[in-house]
Amino acid sequence: MTAPAPSRFDEPWQAQLFALTVALSEAGHFSWPDWTQAFGATLKRHGAARALDGGADYYAAWLETLEALLDTRGFAGRDEAETMRAAWEAAYLSTPHGSPVRLRNAG
Amino acid sequence: MPHDDHDHPHSLLPPEPALRVKALETILTAKGLVDPAALDEILDTYERKVGPHLGAAVVARAWSDPDYRARLLADATAAIAELEISGRQGEHMVAVENTPETHNMVVCTLCSCYPWPVLGIPPGWYKSDAYRARAVREPRKVLAEFGVTLPDGQKVRVWDSTAEVRYLVIPMRPAGTEGLDEAALARLVTRDSMIGTGLPTGPA
Repeated sequence: MTAPAPSRFDEPWQAQLFALTVALSEAGHFSWPDWTQAFGATLKRHGAARALDGGADYYAAWLETLEALLDTRGFAGRDEAETMRAAWEAAYLSTPHGSPVRLRNAG
Repeated sequence: MPHDDHDHPHSLLPPEPALRVKALETILTAKGLVDPAALDEILDTYERKVGPHLGAAVVARAWSDPDYRARLLADATAAIAELEISGRQGEHMVAVENTPETHNMVVCTLCSCYPWPVLGIPPGWYKSDAYRARAVREPRKVLAEFGVTLPDGQKVRVWDSTAEVRYLVIPMRPAGTEGLDEAALARLVTRDSMIGTGLPTGPA
């Protein structure tokens, strides 16, 4: 048999998301069992609608779980996260190609 | 192919989830909840350093050194640490050894708990609903799809990983490998053979 090539991450944001979650847990902001419970619940909910293939849908569920957890625990509220996402989007759209993208009023 | 050299009016917009991750990262680092240096170190570890080659070294050592094998089966976390491989979150590692009587196979029915320190990031199929649901229910059928057919007398034992306990399968050493050193043995140990959905490759 031939095993599929070892996959790490399909897209850079998945790696960032993974690292962010591990870093939060290591810093003691939530325990890993808390994380797996929350993540398992999201996967179950998504999987009820259609079978997840373990690729992009897996990290979509991961991101949704982390956003909800950070909102619930008051680390990053939904509105705050959405405002920041929009700020990044605006920064990308207003930065000339080839220049480093920075938030307009990053503190 | 002609090179299309039109002007990009602005930077390429990353995909939607990438912007959401970036937003969280900005907020959390600004609040001091996450250290950017720690983040970089985790990224570096999982993108470049950790992978199945570490697990393969553990298996090859166990095949070559009966005392190490005994220590690994008694306390895998400590035995793995002997090879200067360490877990990040203090996951408790358990090594389960295949024998002619029992074949071991690992799944995480809850989400995707996996022995990261020795195998790295799990493959897509390990995280799929299909594998997570079927590994426990019909392991032989799943194994057959991976091209693994076990003798009738060998039973399959499925281990469900959790946030606290991660399993590593120690496959059986292939026949005809008596003269091989650890480095050569490690090359026979596939990732899937340490999850239990594969077998080691034979000697060349």
